[in-house]
Amino acid sequence: MASSGSGYDLSPTTFSPDGRIFQVEYASKAVASSGTSVGLKVSNGVVLVTEKLLNSKMLVPGSSRRLHGLDRHAGCSVTGLVSDGRQLVNRGRSEASNYLDTYGIRSPPSVLCDRLASFAHYFTLHGALRPFGATTMVAAYDEDVEEYTLTMIEPSGQAYRYFGCAAGKGRQGAKTEIEKLNLQGMDCSEGLDK
Amino acid sequence: MAVAAKGLGLLGGWGDVGVVGGAAFVATMFESWLGATWQGGWITNEVVNFINTAVGAGLAIAGMGRLGQHTKYPIVTGTSVLGLRYNGGVMVAADTLCSYGSMAKYKDARRIRTVGPATLLGASGEYSDFQSIMDMLEGMEQQNANFDDGHNTDAQQTHSYLRAVMYQRRSKMNPLWNDLVVAGPNFLGLVDKIGTTYTDNFIATGFGSYLAIPILRKKWRPDMSEGEARGLLEDCLKVLFYRDCRALNRIQIAKVTEGEGAIVSEPYEIETDWSAASFATTKGGLEGDGGW
Repeated sequence: MASSGSGYDLSPTTFSPDGRIFQVEYASKAVASSGTSVGLKVSNGVVLVTEKLLNSKMLVPGSSRRLHGLDRHAGCSVTGLVSDGRQLVNRGRSEASNYLDTYGIRSPPSVLCDRLASFAHYFTLHGALRPFGATTMVAAYDEDVEEYTLTMIEPSGQAYRYFGCAAGKGRQGAKTEIEKLNLQGMDCSEGLDK
Repeated sequence: MAVAAKGLGLLGGWGDVGVVGGAAFVATMFESWLGATWQGGWITNEVVNFINTAVGAGLAIAGMGRLGQHTKYPIVTGTSVLGLRYNGGVMVAADTLCSYGSMAKYKDARRIRTVGPATLLGASGEYSDFQSIMDMLEGMEQQNANFDDGHNTDAQQTHSYLRAVMYQRRSKMNPLWNDLVVAGPNFLGLVDKIGTTYTDNFIATGFGSYLAIPILRKKWRPDMSEGEARGLLEDCLKVLFYRDCRALNRIQIAKVTEGEGAIVSEPYEIETDWSAASFATTKGGLEGDGGW
């Protein structure tokens, strides 16, 4: 995909003649060159796995989390620029907390993911801002329908529900493997092994 | 002047400054019109000035009501909470009554709750303020759970945080109307509605501070077993039920220990004996006015 932006890629508020927003696509490229994350929705839950690339032997093991809790019923993994991801995680936490304060129940996954996706999308609408260079995979439990959900929110603000998704460097290989698996037929520990 | 009044602590917040300033402005405008139009004869300058002040005061009082309430009195209230240290942990006890004035309205109110895995919070006073405090603390617990870095808020930290909250509210003349007992495996403290704090080996709020503390001072020992501690608290709550008109004989006892964390018992009834002489033949039935 070596199309040169040639002037249409300077701002997220500019469409290219063929209808693309290059800045948002570049943000996805930032995600695509980071450590791989995989999410699987299995029969009794959701498994999130992230590759943590250690840039230096001096890094304290266990620091710099990639998997974050958002609420008692929801968590997420971050792929891409970790500092951008941190903003998304903080926003997710405060959305979940505000929902609980207002409505007295835990936020349904669709609401939480929708809010987070709208937040990410907002940054693709203003010339003074840049899109987040991070993808979040949100694993959450919907207590009303008693179902687990896995949603991937991309820098464009697109958020889809998946049975299995992957992001980062090794996503193509991971996606091929995921498609071979029978996800409904395994539970969380088997999913983790895979 | 309004800003000076805020500086002196007479006004609660910047909203109040706006109310006072606005009221004064309207009043002076009114006075200007009044003086220009009606002054003369019996409506002298003094009368006009007086009307100005009265209008300003009236508007300010009305504005205070609408723009910023100051808590004046509690509505649904819980009575005493007791706490004591024993050999192995700390115990907190309270009855399960919330009164609506003199009416014993809610007989299954839970006035002792756990905050996180190893802290107990017991509250007397306005129950809705206790619920609000619990919401606040549960939000903090969720933040700890989200971060998941091994750090948790312990009882002493909760105690300090509540002190800050209670004192801040009191300084805005809008207190949370509670006396709170905070307990951890090795901690027992009180925070009251104006932000006073202390820690001790045994603590009581409300009527308990008059009726239970003397009993606790006499009977408490640092090496009490769990059973002895429970018995002592039940005795105190029994006395409170006899003598506090806003108490109930249905109680909860909660304990927090290093090993098991914080646990609150289910409510249960305590037995009371009304056959004692001073109950059977009250002094009110004898000659005289019922006094001694």
